[in-house]
Amino acid sequence: MRFSEAWLREYVNPPLSTAQLVEQLTMAGLEVDGVESAAGEFSGVVVGEVLALSPHPQADRLRVCQVAAGGKEPLTIVCGAPNVEVGMKAPLAMEGGILPDGMKIARSSLRGVESFGMLCSAKELGLEDSQGGLLALPSDAPVGVDLREYLQLDDVSIEVDLTPNRADCLSVEGIAREVALLNGIDSNPASFDKTAITCRDTLPVVVDTPEDCPRYLGRLIKNVDRNATTPLWMLERLRRSGLRSLGPLVDVTNYVLLELGQPLHAFDAAKLEGGIRVRHGLSGEKLVLLGGQEISLADDVLVIADEKRPLALAGVMGGEDSAVDDSTTDIFLECAFFTPTAIMGKARRYGLSTDSSHRFERGVDPQLQRRAIERASQLLLQIAGGLTGPIVESVAEAHLPVRNPILLRESRVEKLLGLSIPRDQLTGLLTRLGLSVEERPDGWQATPPSFRFDIAIEADLIEEIGRVYGYNNIPKRNPASRMELQAVSEAALDIERVKDILVDRGYQEAITYSFVEPSMLAKIEPELEAIPLRNPISSDLAVMRTGLWCGLLDAALKNLNRQQSRIRLFETGLRFTRVEGKIIQQKSLAGLALGSAHEEQWGEKTRPIDFFDIKADVEAILRLAAHESSARFVGNQHPALHPGQSAEILLDGQRLGWLGMLHPKVEGELGFENRVFLFELDQGRLLKRAIPAFKPQSKFPQVRRDIAIIVEEQVTALSLTLCVENLSSLIRKVLVFDVYQGTGIEIGKKSVALGLILQDDGETMTDAKIDEVIADVLARLAEEFNAKLRD
Amino acid sequence: MDDILRQALQRLANVETLADLDQIRVHYLGKKGVFTERMKELGKLPPDQRREAGQAVNLVRDSFQASLENRKNSLEEQALNLRLASEAVDVSLPGRGQGGGGLHPVTLTLRRISRLFGNVGFEVVEGPEIEDDYHNFEALNIPASHPARAMHDTFYFDEHTLLRTHTSPVQVRVMESRKPPLRIIAPGRVYRCDSDLTHTPMFHQVEGFLVDETVSFADLKGILYEFLRLFFEKDIQIRFRPSYFPFTEPSAEVDMECVICGGGGCRVCKQSGWLEVMGCGMIHPRVFDCVNIDPERWSGFAFGMGVERLAMLRYGINDLRLFFENDLRFLHQFRAS
Repeated sequence: MRFSEAWLREYVNPPLSTAQLVEQLTMAGLEVDGVESAAGEFSGVVVGEVLALSPHPQADRLRVCQVAAGGKEPLTIVCGAPNVEVGMKAPLAMEGGILPDGMKIARSSLRGVESFGMLCSAKELGLEDSQGGLLALPSDAPVGVDLREYLQLDDVSIEVDLTPNRADCLSVEGIAREVALLNGIDSNPASFDKTAITCRDTLPVVVDTPEDCPRYLGRLIKNVDRNATTPLWMLERLRRSGLRSLGPLVDVTNYVLLELGQPLHAFDAAKLEGGIRVRHGLSGEKLVLLGGQEISLADDVLVIADEKRPLALAGVMGGEDSAVDDSTTDIFLECAFFTPTAIMGKARRYGLSTDSSHRFERGVDPQLQRRAIERASQLLLQIAGGLTGPIVESVAEAHLPVRNPILLRESRVEKLLGLSIPRDQLTGLLTRLGLSVEERPDGWQATPPSFRFDIAIEADLIEEIGRVYGYNNIPKRNPASRMELQAVSEAALDIERVKDILVDRGYQEAITYSFVEPSMLAKIEPELEAIPLRNPISSDLAVMRTGLWCGLLDAALKNLNRQQSRIRLFETGLRFTRVEGKIIQQKSLAGLALGSAHEEQWGEKTRPIDFFDIKADVEAILRLAAHESSARFVGNQHPALHPGQSAEILLDGQRLGWLGMLHPKVEGELGFENRVFLFELDQGRLLKRAIPAFKPQSKFPQVRRDIAIIVEEQVTALSLTLCVENLSSLIRKVLVFDVYQGTGIEIGKKSVALGLILQDDGETMTDAKIDEVIADVLARLAEEFNAKLRD
Repeated sequence: MDDILRQALQRLANVETLADLDQIRVHYLGKKGVFTERMKELGKLPPDQRREAGQAVNLVRDSFQASLENRKNSLEEQALNLRLASEAVDVSLPGRGQGGGGLHPVTLTLRRISRLFGNVGFEVVEGPEIEDDYHNFEALNIPASHPARAMHDTFYFDEHTLLRTHTSPVQVRVMESRKPPLRIIAPGRVYRCDSDLTHTPMFHQVEGFLVDETVSFADLKGILYEFLRLFFEKDIQIRFRPSYFPFTEPSAEVDMECVICGGGGCRVCKQSGWLEVMGCGMIHPRVFDCVNIDPERWSGFAFGMGVERLAMLRYGINDLRLFFENDLRFLHQFRAS
């Protein structure tokens, strides 16, 4: 809502400066978004009248004018504007005057003719929106009077960003009402006389759906002057309210909309066929709106129709077919109350948002229509004359909104606001808000005025009290706290701890969008069902990520382009998949690493990162949750990973995540020139750890025996260690301390060195016993893996 | 004896290593050493000479021992000096190993917020990001076609499924499943179908709410005032400005003194001297109705804040889009924390 301060002050004029007024509005919840001068800074400009014109002897485009400017003699002014004519009144910048662009007006010779000033266009005065040429002033403008004074240009446009509940302030009168309330003074609403009825013609009005349109007023106004123009004062008010002039008939309806908050519509009566019918659209019906957009109606859309066709989208926009234009002489003026629910969402459905729909959606005062149509009639008559017909009114009282009395308890005010306000102060405040108030022992019974759609329950009233009393006058208090211990799960590992360990190991946290490019996702996780957005912001952010690798890969590529050669990133967040029609949202943790294993440094040879570097990072995470001994890394195929360097990570037989090198094919397709390593872990599984359970230590010494065996190269270290560990309870730990292929080992085989830690709980192990265990181990390995002891 | 001593001292003077020194020690002082043998021979002397001869041997032996100690100390010192010299390094060379990474500024900010509220008993709860219409809108008193929906540019999957536009649905989910008193904060990603200089389609919010028997607007003012003051570690001006949210009443926006210009007016605060940092209010009775909490008995406040906005003001970041570009040169600036 944008309005002129001077216009507002016509209705209510508190002793406040503009800055104070703006602050007051903002602090009352009517947030002022901007304040703009009504015109540029200029001085020395007066109303001038062109008395005579003659051609310029040296220039075809210029003319030499004699302009009256309030002095004894007319001034000679050279002017190039095409619309200059004798008798015209226009702004004249006098010698010594200064224009908004800083130009100082001086006597000057224009191609041999001396000019004593300059006739100005609207644009030259910082009034924008000009059709070009001189700004034509009304014929009754007083010659020689300062233009700023005459046009009240020492004014500002105030832009208020209203919240959806305050439809009552979508008019200058509404704002005036609010300003009066805040300052404890009265506001004077616009006053005008009823227009005399000078013609008997009417159009019948039938409302098929009174629940959507409980009140509909219309009247015919005939023989309006098609040459009439909108007066400058109205143009200025419209302009300062951000509206363009669209001819006097539309300007009047817009003016009343701004003044009172009531949308009106003027139909060209000559284009109507028969009476007016307010009804729902029929599916299949089409309507061409003002501006040419054709829409298809539906049966839940309210329209204004005549006997033949829909004319307008009720409360939203008129139709092209029945619009007023330059040749219109008879109009049908509509002024209705549509219920908010009938209008809500309709404009948006057609991609529209109009001043009318904006107001009806939020609620127009249902008692305003008669006053508004009278106001519009009076203004029309004043500007364009014509014969005024009687008002036809269709009203369904039963469907008009009712303002029910609200019970407001004094104790509730204190409980919710946290302060106690004296009772008579509250009574006064409620009354000033326009409520009819009845005192009761525990509080008040208050009925809101018709224009306050937003006040319906006790809480609404308490909000109003707080607002008008001033939020900043409510004290600050520390909430009373209950000393209650909260559960702390020892089994839950905090993801923040995991983030910290990754940071300590050189990873940088990234946050990438949860929606990704479908084609990239298809390369990474083609087997998962991704969930597409119905209205993505762009085609490269169109589906929800099924895992976190896409975002990290994309971030890595962008950083490579920024000359980063060593990248380690991680991210936490949800991954989204659809499984059997159900949306699954799982918390995930993923990492990416590429480039050298360590930052380039003097004491260490630079080498590229490999599988076991990133595996160490994953193992460090697993250790936090005490999963390092139970997690299994099993070679398995993943569409995005190198088949020979890809591990599925299992925990208790269930998938915890993946680890591996990006598949060389995908690497190339995405444009990487480096090897990229990735991991992703399911947070749900990862962050559950076992509570430590004490087991007594064996009192007897541990012994270690190392064996080296030769096996087929496909045999995994995990299968060997598992096999050995499970063989005897005396084997406490098995570690792989060397893997060797090359000289001395047959092609296709490898040597694996195992260290066995042995211990007995009951006695010190004897050499004989140890040898026996080792013999069992070798026998078992031979049986299971055809392993041979290396010489 | 003097000859022996002279010779022994000469040998000490010539010795270069501790190992050689030890051999000399053994030669003179060992079980079969020169002095030990001499002492043994004393027994062969007549008793009246023994004492004198013994004293003479002792004297010489002690003198030798002292010289040996001296020599040993000096050789040890030499050896130490040698080692020190050979082991000296250029301490200005960087340390070896893995450099550290860093956390995202959004995480740093979230941790700060969580700690401040956690210290007074607020519990962190998270919720789904793909939400249903009911929790994101309906239960928050935003029915279909409510004008407030236009303020949320919503991403949809189908008519009823959407990306949450705020973290407020967590409020509903918690109150559905738990009974007051409640003290919760809910951080997380939220989504709006909007992208320009000052909007990204995804950003972070923290929702907070407290429900108890005597919670008032004055409490809300108290806690948010303290929060902002402690978050920025500065005694800043704060004001509460009436506003509108369908799920709170009374509703307020919290403005703080512009930290860029100190309240004098600049481009960031649009010359107003104030920055909008939070929305808040008393939980609307209709929200309580939706979750079967009796608004006559319980009252509560709720607030929501934009994490990126707080991070920008805290760290002086001037472009929202930097948060999601994941440029390492940007991210590395937050390593120190």
